[in-house]
Amino acid sequence: MSTAGVTGRGQAPPRVLVVWIPDWPLVAAQLAGELPDRMAAAVMEKGLVAVCSSEARSAGVVRGLRLREAQSRCPDLAAIPADPGRDAREFEDVLAAVERVLPGVHVLRPGLCAVRVRGATRFYGSEDEAGGAALEAVARMGLEARVGVADSVFAAEQAARCASELTSLLVVPRGGSRNFLGPLPVAALGDPKLASLLVRLGVRTLGAFAALPEPEVRSRFGPEGALAHARASGLDPQAIVPRVAPIPLERAADFDPGLDRIDQIAFALRPTAEDFVEGLRRAGLACTELRVHIMDDAGRRSERSWGHPRQFGAADVVDRVRWQLQSGETPSPSGPAGGRRGSRWRSTGEELSAPVVQVRLLPERTDQLGLRGQALFGGVDERLDHGLRRLQSMLGHGSVLHAVSAGGRLLAERSLMVPWGEDAPNGTTALAERPWPGAVPAPLPATVFAEPVPVEFLDADGQPLRADERGAAPPPAWFRPGPGHGQRPVRAWAGPWPLHQRWWDATESRRRAERYQIVDGDGEAWLLLGDDGQWWAEARYD
Amino acid sequence: MSVPLSSTSVASAAEQLRELQERIHLLQGRRNREVSYPLLPAFSPLLPDGLRAGAVYSVEAPLSVAMALLAGPSSQGHWCGVAGVPDFGAEAAKGFGISLERTVLVPDPGDRWLVTASALADVLPLLLVRPPARPGAGDASRLSSRLRERGCTLLVLGPWLQAEGVLGVEGSRWDGLGEGHGHLRSHRMNLVWSQRGTRRRTGIDLAALHADPTPWGEATPAGGLP
Repeated sequence: MSTAGVTGRGQAPPRVLVVWIPDWPLVAAQLAGELPDRMAAAVMEKGLVAVCSSEARSAGVVRGLRLREAQSRCPDLAAIPADPGRDAREFEDVLAAVERVLPGVHVLRPGLCAVRVRGATRFYGSEDEAGGAALEAVARMGLEARVGVADSVFAAEQAARCASELTSLLVVPRGGSRNFLGPLPVAALGDPKLASLLVRLGVRTLGAFAALPEPEVRSRFGPEGALAHARASGLDPQAIVPRVAPIPLERAADFDPGLDRIDQIAFALRPTAEDFVEGLRRAGLACTELRVHIMDDAGRRSERSWGHPRQFGAADVVDRVRWQLQSGETPSPSGPAGGRRGSRWRSTGEELSAPVVQVRLLPERTDQLGLRGQALFGGVDERLDHGLRRLQSMLGHGSVLHAVSAGGRLLAERSLMVPWGEDAPNGTTALAERPWPGAVPAPLPATVFAEPVPVEFLDADGQPLRADERGAAPPPAWFRPGPGHGQRPVRAWAGPWPLHQRWWDATESRRRAERYQIVDGDGEAWLLLGDDGQWWAEARYD
Repeated sequence: MSVPLSSTSVASAAEQLRELQERIHLLQGRRNREVSYPLLPAFSPLLPDGLRAGAVYSVEAPLSVAMALLAGPSSQGHWCGVAGVPDFGAEAAKGFGISLERTVLVPDPGDRWLVTASALADVLPLLLVRPPARPGAGDASRLSSRLRERGCTLLVLGPWLQAEGVLGVEGSRWDGLGEGHGHLRSHRMNLVWSQRGTRRRTGIDLAALHADPTPWGEATPAGGLP
């Protein structure tokens, strides 16, 4: 016999309360700040509209349309891709709010959760009161929810879906679930294949489906059909398993009034950092990547993630916060080549200018504590790592580096400087192994300027050398390696070697330059970059 | 090896004591004193025994010579540190045979370069430093004794008072580049090594030291000919 039968006959069916938030993927995107409120928007899944806002709905967009079709009906439709991770992440706050008024929440899917309501009924006095408490808790977050109460999870979900905007609470009386479900269409079962088959067989409502004898349904439709039949009869066998609330691992330190000196912040943060590491240790975890959010008085935020070769201790956490506070300024790239350091190492977000009021520490990547022990063989020597980290905490995070080969046409791009303890960005090795046509031939220059140095490079008439559009240029005659130096004759040269890349990418990596290799009158060899009469020294052979 | 607890004579006790002291020295890492780091074969006319651990050498020569000196020990698995060289061409270093995974760079220690150098000397066996200023005699000798104690070899780009030896350049010439054609192919350099009154000379081609020179042939890059 099915479990549904046992539950149905053995004892009184458990009463279930379901909280449902309509159009959750859309609401989650709005909460995450990826979509503005009150605007025609749709969440796309597999190229089709999965959820759309009421503004879009009033323009004629419905679920299941293709994007192009939807855009033809509503031209200013904002479409974003579905992201189950975002849905689940944003739902966590709603769950916490519901859990405060109704303990023992079971998450059915993001946007939908169920609670066994018996205890709450005793506490609040009635099921209406309990449902009202849940509605109020969600409304306090500025969200709109529907609540249904019935004898099974399926019936309660259908009750919540039937609740309207005006009366957002629908209580199906005890034993009334089967009658309540009766008039609903079979499509409500959520199984399109079965629903279409049932309709073709002439069974259009859940009541008609439930009236069929259970053994016949099982033999015709198999176990899935039997389960759907039990649901339609109001005997959903799905049990409610209250979730175990996750232990919060993140920590925040609030400063009131705000602090504006780094040493004060570092000192005040110390207990929080210790608590953070201790909390992770209790959970058997080691943090290998940490995200630091710093908020200042003016509401600006600085965010950055930090890696660690082994695991973060309290002192390491405080160091990372201090470095993040110190690294305020960002060097601006000049000349035809950008800076040598990749933008990944800079902190994202705005520059802080007001006193800091909050520092949040979030473990971004964790590992089992047992797996992070010190390696006996292989890996970086403990003493070496310790010594370099001490130097790093003295000079600053970006001062102790190691070089990683990267791809690129400019020499400065071809080696990426990575702070000690961090890994190079993903794909750096693959980039380095690409062919890069037009690379400078060996031997390579020993001195590669991180920022190209402005120089003078003149032809025989004393005019800055210019290459025409076909790459032809007069022979160079004079070279001056900087304002403090004298003019030197050019003894030998080769070029111009054109360096044209990514003409379509105007913002980031478009580059149009001419390269020259020269030996000057002092016997020094240089690699020059020129663009429209302006010249820079990219590197010196010494 | 076991040490017998009951000794029969005073002489054998003294011998054991000496033996134990030697083992303590070994454990403390003082044996590094006798170790030297091998160099690339091109430098054998100048420094047949390689770089002595714990010594300071002054390299009054271009950066690429210093890179070629580091390449020998680095390719043998030793860690290297480079401090005060912000424009260190890592790709050229790799070309000489320096292993970038075992190289630590401190591009800009600024005024704290002495502290940086001694902190690096604690953990790394080889250092290349370009001092931004000439250190005082006291600072220099403190650093030297630190280096001796740790067995760390220091190559200074520039002059150094108590250097073990000085590597200088008597002349260099680039070849391969013409008037509008070709590219740099060879870098002939006459190096002179002076150590306590003795001088040794040799000529090397630095470009030939590149471990994996790109096969280039006679072709010039696109648009190379005017």
